[in-house]
Amino acid sequence: MSTTLGLYNYWIVIFLMMVGFYVVIAHGNLIKKVVGLNIFQTSVFILYITMGKVDGGAAPILDDAVTAYSNPLPHVLILTAIVVGVATTALALALIVRIKEAYGTVEEEEIHSQDESL
Amino acid sequence: MIASNLPALQVVIPLLAAPLAVMLRRGNHAWLWAQLVCIAALVVSFALLQTVMSDGPISYEMGGWAPPWGIEYYVDAVNAFVLLIVSAIATIVMLAARTSVAAEIAQDKQSLFYTAYLLCLAGLLGITITGDAFNVFVFLEISSLSTYILVSLGRDRRALTAAFQYLIMGTIGATFILIGVGMLYMSTGTLNMLDLAARLDPLSESRTVQAAFAFLAVGISLKLALFPLHLWLPNAYAFAPSVASAFLAATATKVAVYVMLRFFFTIFGVDLSFEVMPLGFTLKVLALLAIFAGSAVAIYQDNVKRLLAYSSVAQIGYMILGISFASATGLTATILHLFNHAMMKGGLFLALAAVFYRTGGVSVAHFRGLGKTMPWTMLAVVIGGLSLIGVPLTVGFISKWYLVLAALEQDLWPIAMLVLAGSLLAVIYVWKLVEAAYFQTPDSEAGAMVREAPLSLLIPTWILIVANIYFGIDTSLTVGVAQTAAASLLGIGG
Amino acid sequence: MLAVTALSVVFLRDLFTTVMLFGIYSLLSAGFFVTMDAVDVALTEASVGAGVTTMLMLGTLALTGRKEKAHRKPTSMLPLAVVTVTGLVLIYGTLDMPFLGDPDAPVHQHVAPRYIEQSYEEIGMPNIVTSVLASYRGFDTLGEVVVIFTAGLGVLTLLGLSGDSPHRARPVAMGHHLVLRVIARALIPLILLYALYIQFHGDYGPGGGFQAGVIFGAAIILYTLLFGLTKAERVITPVFLRYMMAAGVLIYGGTGVLSLLLGGEFLNYNVLAHDPLHGQHYGIIAVEFGVGVTVTAVIISIFFNFTGRGSQPQEEKQ
Repeated sequence: MSTTLGLYNYWIVIFLMMVGFYVVIAHGNLIKKVVGLNIFQTSVFILYITMGKVDGGAAPILDDAVTAYSNPLPHVLILTAIVVGVATTALALALIVRIKEAYGTVEEEEIHSQDESL
Repeated sequence: MIASNLPALQVVIPLLAAPLAVMLRRGNHAWLWAQLVCIAALVVSFALLQTVMSDGPISYEMGGWAPPWGIEYYVDAVNAFVLLIVSAIATIVMLAARTSVAAEIAQDKQSLFYTAYLLCLAGLLGITITGDAFNVFVFLEISSLSTYILVSLGRDRRALTAAFQYLIMGTIGATFILIGVGMLYMSTGTLNMLDLAARLDPLSESRTVQAAFAFLAVGISLKLALFPLHLWLPNAYAFAPSVASAFLAATATKVAVYVMLRFFFTIFGVDLSFEVMPLGFTLKVLALLAIFAGSAVAIYQDNVKRLLAYSSVAQIGYMILGISFASATGLTATILHLFNHAMMKGGLFLALAAVFYRTGGVSVAHFRGLGKTMPWTMLAVVIGGLSLIGVPLTVGFISKWYLVLAALEQDLWPIAMLVLAGSLLAVIYVWKLVEAAYFQTPDSEAGAMVREAPLSLLIPTWILIVANIYFGIDTSLTVGVAQTAAASLLGIGG
Repeated sequence: MLAVTALSVVFLRDLFTTVMLFGIYSLLSAGFFVTMDAVDVALTEASVGAGVTTMLMLGTLALTGRKEKAHRKPTSMLPLAVVTVTGLVLIYGTLDMPFLGDPDAPVHQHVAPRYIEQSYEEIGMPNIVTSVLASYRGFDTLGEVVVIFTAGLGVLTLLGLSGDSPHRARPVAMGHHLVLRVIARALIPLILLYALYIQFHGDYGPGGGFQAGVIFGAAIILYTLLFGLTKAERVITPVFLRYMMAAGVLIYGGTGVLSLLLGGEFLNYNVLAHDPLHGQHYGIIAVEFGVGVTVTAVIISIFFNFTGRGSQPQEEKQ
C-alpha cells in the first residue's frame, strides 16, 4: 500500500491539527484555547513545509556542491504565517490579561454567567 | 507616474499613514491625519473605478516582478466597486469620528484608535485589490487584528470578551483559508489568482481541490458571518465604540463577500463551484436561515446595536442568496447589495452614535421620545429602516427587486416569497424603534432634556441616508457597475 | 512525539505545564523543519514560536493564575464531532496529494524553478528564501511587518499604562544575584552582536530581519529581567519604542516609495542603483533592516507592557 506509506505523514499532521482545533473549541479556559490555537496553526505550518520537501534535496541556499534544492516558496509563506500567528497570540494574551482584570477569571463559563446576570 | 501606480497607492497610502499616525500624541491631530488619508484613498478608488469601467481590467506588478513569480494587483469592475465602497464609508464615518471618539475613548488611546482604523482600512483595501491568494491571507490578518483592537476599545467590559471571541473565531477562519490556499498551491504550484483559475480547470475531480474548496468555503463564511458561523458578530458590533461599529458593519463583511465571489467565481469557476460541489444548494439553505433567524432574533433585542447587528446577519443572508443563483441577475443583486447595505447600515450606526452621544445608551428605552427631541436623527433612522425593509424609492428596494427577479428567472417562486417575508420581519423590528421614538415619552427628566445631535454627527449620517434615497431613484450608476461586474465574474469563471 | 505532546495539552489542568509542553511542541517542530530542509523557518519557529510565544504565555500566567477549572458538566459531543468531520475532510483531501518528497509534484514545477534557477542572476544572493521573501514577494513581507506593528499597537492599546496608574506593578528585579549579573553583563553584548550577525548574514545563510529582531529584543529583555523594568524603561522609553515600531515599517515602505519616485513600480529594487543587482542588494538590506527595527521594538514593547501591568507587586516567581 504505497499510497498509505506516502501519505501517512500528512495524516499524522492532520491528527495534530485536529488535537489543536479540539482544544480551541472544547476547552473553557481562555489560555488553553490560545495554546490550542497555536498547536493548530503550527501543525498547519508543518503540513505546508512537508509539501516543499524534495527527496535528496538540500536547503534552498545556493551552493555549488548541491544539485537539487527543496522548494523555497512554502518556506517563505510559512515564515510569514508564523509571524502572523505570534502577532495574534500576543493580542489574544493581552486581551486575556484585561479580561482577568475586568472579570476576575479566565474561564468561559464564569464569564458568561457574570454577563448574563447583567 | 502617479496614474500608472494608482493600484499600489490605493493600499500604500493608508498602510504607511498608520505608523505615522501612531507617532501623533493628540487625538485631534491623529483624527485630521486619518481624515485626509481616507479622502486620498477615496480619490484613488474613484480614479481606479473610472479607468476600469472605460478601459477594462488593470494589472500591476508589485516589485516589478511578473506574476506568478511576483505579487500582482488586479483591478476589475468587481473589486473596483468594492474599493470605492470601503474608502467612501471610511471617509464618511471618519467625519463623525472626531466628536464620537472624543466622547467614548480615553484621551491617551485616541491616536491608537485612529492608527488601528487606518490599518483596518489598508487591510480591507489590500484584500480587495490583490490578485494573489496568499497576499489575501496576509492582508486579511492585518484587517482582522486591527479590528480586534478597534472592538476592544469599547467602554463596556464586554467589548473585551467580544474581541476575544471574534479573535478566536476569526483566527480559525483565517487558518482554514490558509489550509485551503495551501491545498490549492499543492495542486497547481501557483498562488496567482488568474493562474490558479487556468490551472484548476482540468482538476475538478481532484479530491485535494475539493477539500480546498470546502475549507475555503468555511473559512470565508466565518469571516462573513454566514449563519451559523455568525456568533461573533452581534457582540463585536454591539460593544465596539460607535464609530468602529459603523465602519465595520458597513465594510468588513462586504469585503468577505467579495472574497467569496473572487474565489468561487474567478478562481474555482462556476462549473466546479456549482456543479461539482453543491454550493448553490448549501448557500440557498444557509442564506434563508440567516434571513429568518437573523430577523427573528433582531426583534427580541433590547440593545439597538445588537438589533442592527442581527439585522446585518439577515442582510448578509440576502447577499449570499444572490450568489446561490449563479446567474447574472443574482450576482447583480449581491453586488448591488454590497453597496446598498453599506449605505444603510453605515447611516443607521452613525445615527446610533448620535443617540449614544446624547443619551448615553443604546437600548430601546433610550429611544423614547427621541422623535421630538432629536427629530433629524430619528428621521434618519426611519429612512434607514425603510431601506432595510425594502420600500420603493430606497436602495433596499433595488437590491430586493433584483433578488426576486433572480429567483423568478429560475422558477423558484417559494424563494421569492421568502424574500418578501423577510421584509415583513424587518418591519417589526424597525417599528419597535419608531414606536419608542414617536409614540412614547422619555422615562426620566434627563430623557426630556436631550438635545439634537451635533452637526458633526448629523452631517455624515445624512450623507449616507440621502445616498440611500438618491441611489434608490437614480440607479444607473450602481446597477451599471454591478452588471458589468457580474458579467465579468461569470465570464472568466465559466 | 509531537502527538504525545499535543494530546497531553488536552488533558492537563496545570497551565504552567501546558505552556511548557507547548514550548516543547514548538521546539520539536523546529527540529522537524530542519529535517525538511527548511532552515530559515526552523530558526524563526524556534525563536518566535518556542521563544516569544512561550514567554508571553508565561507572562500571562503570572498575571492570571496557574490552574484550569474542572468541567462541571460532561463534555459535550459537539466539539468532538466538529473536529472529526474536519479531520475527515482533510484526510479526504490528502488522497490526491503527491507523496512526500516527490520531485515531480506540481509545487515544484511551475513557479519554484525560476526562483531556484534565476535568483542568482536576478538578485545575486545565495539564500533563495531571502530573495523570495524580500524581493519577489517583498510586498507580502511588508504586510508581515505591518502585522507585527499591529500586534505591538494592540498590546500597547490594551496594556499600555501611564506611570501612576493603579494597575501598574512594581516588579522586583533579580539583580541581587551576583552570578547572574556578572554573566549577563558579559552575555548581553554578545547576544546583541549575534543578532547583528544574523541580521546582515541573512543573505548568505539562514537569518534575516525577523530572527535578528527577536534575538536583539531577547537581549534587552534579559537586561530588563535582571536590572528591573524602571531602569530599562529609562534607557529605552516607551515613547522611543513607539517611534521605533513605526520607523521600521516606514523604512520598509519608504524603500518602496523610493522605487516609485525613481520610476519603477512599488518595491522594485532594480531602479535603486546603477545596475539591477546592486539595486537588489541595497533594497534587500534596507527592507530587512526595517523589519529588524520594528520586530525589536515590538518585542521589547510587548514585554514592557506585560510586565508593567499587575494588580499586586510582582516578586520573583521561581
